[in-house]
Amino acid sequence: MSLESLQNAIRDAAASRAPLRLRGGGSKDFYGNEARGTVLDTRAYAGIVSYEPTELVVTARCGTRLSELESVLEREGQCLPFEPPHFGAEATLGGCVAAGLSGPRRASAGAVRDFVLGTKIVDGRGRVMSFGGQVMKNVAGYDIARMLAGTLGTLALIAEVSPKVLPRPADELSLKLEMPLERALETMNRWAGRPLPITASAWHDGELAVRLSGSEVALRSAREAIGGTALDAPEAQAYWRAIREHTHPFFAGSEPLWRIAVPSAAGRLRVEGKTLIEWGGGLRWLRSAAGAGAVREVARELEGHATLFRAADKSAGAFMPLPAQLARLHRELKDVFDPAGILNPGRMYREL
Amino acid sequence: MGEVLSGSRQREVAGALRAFLPARAVLYEEEDTRPYECDGLTAYRRLPMVVALPETEEQVRRVLQTCAAMGVPVVPRGAGTGLSGGALPSGDGILLSMAKFMRILRVDPLARVAVVQPGVRNAAISEAAAPYGLYYAPDPSSQIACTIGGNVAENSGGVHCLKYGLTVHNVLRLRGFTMAGEPVELGAEAPDAPGYDLLALAIGSEGMLILVTEVTVKLLPQPQFAKVVMASFDDVETAGRAVADVIAAGIIPAGLEMMDRAATHAVEQFVGAGYDLEAAAILLCESDGTPQEVEDEIRRIREVLQRAGASRMSESRSEAERLRFWSGRKAAFPAVGRISPDYYCMDGTIPRKRLGEVLNFIGQMETKYRLRCPNVFHAGDGNLHPLILFDANRPDELHRAEQFAAEVLEKCIEVGGTITGEHGVGIEKINQMCVQFRPEELELFLAVKRAFDPAGLLNPGKAVPTLARCAEYGRMRVQRGKLPHPELPRF
Repeated sequence: MSLESLQNAIRDAAASRAPLRLRGGGSKDFYGNEARGTVLDTRAYAGIVSYEPTELVVTARCGTRLSELESVLEREGQCLPFEPPHFGAEATLGGCVAAGLSGPRRASAGAVRDFVLGTKIVDGRGRVMSFGGQVMKNVAGYDIARMLAGTLGTLALIAEVSPKVLPRPADELSLKLEMPLERALETMNRWAGRPLPITASAWHDGELAVRLSGSEVALRSAREAIGGTALDAPEAQAYWRAIREHTHPFFAGSEPLWRIAVPSAAGRLRVEGKTLIEWGGGLRWLRSAAGAGAVREVARELEGHATLFRAADKSAGAFMPLPAQLARLHRELKDVFDPAGILNPGRMYREL
Repeated sequence: MGEVLSGSRQREVAGALRAFLPARAVLYEEEDTRPYECDGLTAYRRLPMVVALPETEEQVRRVLQTCAAMGVPVVPRGAGTGLSGGALPSGDGILLSMAKFMRILRVDPLARVAVVQPGVRNAAISEAAAPYGLYYAPDPSSQIACTIGGNVAENSGGVHCLKYGLTVHNVLRLRGFTMAGEPVELGAEAPDAPGYDLLALAIGSEGMLILVTEVTVKLLPQPQFAKVVMASFDDVETAGRAVADVIAAGIIPAGLEMMDRAATHAVEQFVGAGYDLEAAAILLCESDGTPQEVEDEIRRIREVLQRAGASRMSESRSEAERLRFWSGRKAAFPAVGRISPDYYCMDGTIPRKRLGEVLNFIGQMETKYRLRCPNVFHAGDGNLHPLILFDANRPDELHRAEQFAAEVLEKCIEVGGTITGEHGVGIEKINQMCVQFRPEELELFLAVKRAFDPAGLLNPGKAVPTLARCAEYGRMRVQRGKLPHPELPRF
């Protein structure tokens, strides 16, 4: 598949004002609001364009499977530092960046957007443009490349991305500790304020798990500081994979799943339901049948926001509504990138 | 325009601001406005029509509303240490100094955030966080003077950003106003704020999208211990390869800097950092962490550098010595300022593997333009700071320095890099933007600007050139042999 064919599809759709649904492997079809329009499948626009491990950057086309990209990096002892969830074997790099979802390493390493160095896009007029580049530091022009992470394909088709990559940790060790919720929140925040190599944390049902990454000597001293019981390596890997991919039993069943982001030191969520906490307290997964208004109010009180992540009924909107001034800026930007309003309309907000 | 018109216009604008600002916060006499005529890029100077020094968010809002209503351009300014002319005033506009916004509003040691006003100095944040064992990571060399507001505008880096990131990685939330005076909050203390990542868009936008009045930054735990290895090399290309070897070994040092001989000589006279003056280039490579971790990593770094051909190596034996090694690097710009009446600092970033080629090119340019050019280099990030030495009092030297710089920047683009890694485009590199970006990309930047500021009043004329300007510069990128916008006049 050529870039021209993607451009042509978008140009034609713009001319006839026919909505397009940009789609990679479809692993994140559930995410956001209902997608509508003719599917523009990006999977055939795939492949790694360039990769030089010592430059700490890889450039790949949007249809490249995430699993393929990760195994190429792994062969060179490197990784995508934000540890993205796949949510399915078909997950693509383009979908990963468009969704902007990061995994367990988010609190220590950063989010998808923190690692986007550059991108080549096709905008809503079918124009190909490049922003950012393949170098670590670049402040020429506005940071469009980073901003596009998490836009759910509503501004442009992300045709090619250059994420920064990092060496895989030399060693990892996961520990489990019994701990009630409030104490776990405080403990995770206290640990994060000390120079400990914590790269993942999860609390559920009275049990706190933390992962340490680094050199053997670093892990040894951190283990003494933290205590708890060590998991053996395969068990630890399986555990973090289950948290990342939502195959942990907490995520099973059909009760609505909320993704609530709050300042890490915020207290417990004052709402009925079961919780699984990640990112040192910053991410609270909630299974609850409570109404969307109530859940969002609880998140707002904690200066956070609540996303209806998986649910049969998303009529309340997947994402928290924006304040009026921000909503206006969003509409203006949508108009800049996609004046015909054909790219994934409504996927993020109804008016975008 | 300007001179004739400005007399009555100046009185009119100053009068409108005086309606809600105290007399001392509105400057228009030349002796008062002169200090604001330039920032760190002193080759460009322009007197602002009026300088406003608001103290409260409400005053800022009213300044913006007043200027928006009167069609007066507004140029924001922090400490004025910027190196690309981002705070160069408009002759028919307001210079909006944020110098009075210097309060640290909150340091939360448990949540590890600080909420500060934009006029707070970069180093002051780390000083306020130090009692809790925390610090603010980005450390531009000017950190004792530069403000967080300016850092946000330029997306500043520093010598430790290879491991700890740039401003964009360490700022969680911005509060401020659009040019129309509408309040906005971008980002949040909670991760992944809903909607588009306008925080990422605003950081590094050179004060052109919003006027920032409050910044929430992330604080990190201070590393327990740090150590620097100083390694000498007989030629710069070997030093460049050694940098790649360190990365290839899976090591991300806390800092990885290179200086060539011309730079170490300038610095040594100035601060006596203890650099090896025989070496063609030196590398400074820092490791931080627990003492055992650092010893372990330093051992690995030394092995890699040894194999890569280091001719000499020494390591800091105390915290004082470590700081002394860095003091030389951080003092490189002022040190060069002592050996030359003027210097022109460049900021291109390149793929590290092209370092040898680019340094050779710079050497050729020294001959071509008959000007010297010491090099300091954030080697880990590929961010070059060649410093072209000249004397503005000698006929033609500034012009030669600018042409020298333009050629080097275009070389950076040619090898797959960028014209600016951390200093910003400002007014200085605006012509090279025409080379780095295609017309449709520049048009998109201009459209993004209009989305935030339809009348184009907030820091106008910076960072993004108009297509007409590119046509004038004569270096517009041409695709498939066709000039875009054939209707534009060419010169």
